[in-house]
Amino acid sequence: MQLKKRSREVAEVPQAGMADIAFLLLIFFLVVTTIDVDTGIGMQLPPPPDPDQEPPPIRERNLMNILVNAQGFILINEERASLPEVQQLVMDFVDNQNRAQDPNLSESPRQAIVSIKTDRQTPYEIYIDMLDEVIGAYRQLRDEASMREFGIPYRQYNARVSREDNVIREMYPQNISLAEPDPGS
Amino acid sequence: MSKFQKKQANTKQQVPTAAMPDIIFMLLIFFMVVTVLREVELQVRVDFTRADNIEKIEQKRLVSYIYIGPEILGGGQYGDTRVQIDDALIDDIYAIRRLMYDKLMEEPRLIVSLRVDQKSEMGIVSDVQQELREAGTLRINYSTLRGTQVPM
Repeated sequence: MQLKKRSREVAEVPQAGMADIAFLLLIFFLVVTTIDVDTGIGMQLPPPPDPDQEPPPIRERNLMNILVNAQGFILINEERASLPEVQQLVMDFVDNQNRAQDPNLSESPRQAIVSIKTDRQTPYEIYIDMLDEVIGAYRQLRDEASMREFGIPYRQYNARVSREDNVIREMYPQNISLAEPDPGS
Repeated sequence: MSKFQKKQANTKQQVPTAAMPDIIFMLLIFFMVVTVLREVELQVRVDFTRADNIEKIEQKRLVSYIYIGPEILGGGQYGDTRVQIDDALIDDIYAIRRLMYDKLMEEPRLIVSLRVDQKSEMGIVSDVQQELREAGTLRINYSTLRGTQVPM
């Protein structure tokens, strides 16, 4: 019996077109990709209020009340303030211990609380502008402290240490409280 | 025979192309990893507001978005301010609580990014925030662009 002799072919995938396919895919992903970074103002919300528990007592001087009304006017402790003033006022209030030592302002940065309250009709835009100023005040205070203690800006310092070891953050915690808005008209 | 005969280089002037597919594949893999395909169809208008003191969200995988803005009705018309999560408009604001709680169970380090139209009012934003507090998703981020406000 004679077996049919099979010619052994070497199985080969043609590879010449591979580069073209890769190019096509590459172009697809190039077109589709949007390298956008999400930026924004980070905040930590307070946990839901416990109805059985009274809120802890806070001394009047440690609380800074910022109210933004429906017309976009800013009231700080019942007094009118303009947006560019907010940063300086917050800095004076939070860092009172190391500055003027005014008996009406906070005892120490750690005890200082900035409370932000809005009306229901307050434009979001103005609220963010105001929040930006408050965050800016904290950022500047942290920057100053970091330059004083370590001789580098806070951003660099923050990148070097872990969250637990961050003494500057400990020194100036962002105690920002978001109050529930008034029902308004 | 001239002494200063021009020397002929006897190498072939060709760029080796054998490694090209590898390079292309590397680029390809880079872009595949970087790409985030847009997964939601926006049904509300979101024009971001601007701020200076902002931070980047480093871990995109942890982020969940809530969109707040006027509903797009088509033809350049805008309706009332609505809340959109993922692909759906939320009718009942109290549904946010359960939705976000479920997301938190899947990803305990969840960051909620609030993408709010700049012309919105604080009332609805605050309602959403109250729901987030109830859900326990306390890390939020007000999405803004960099830059000072353009005066209008």
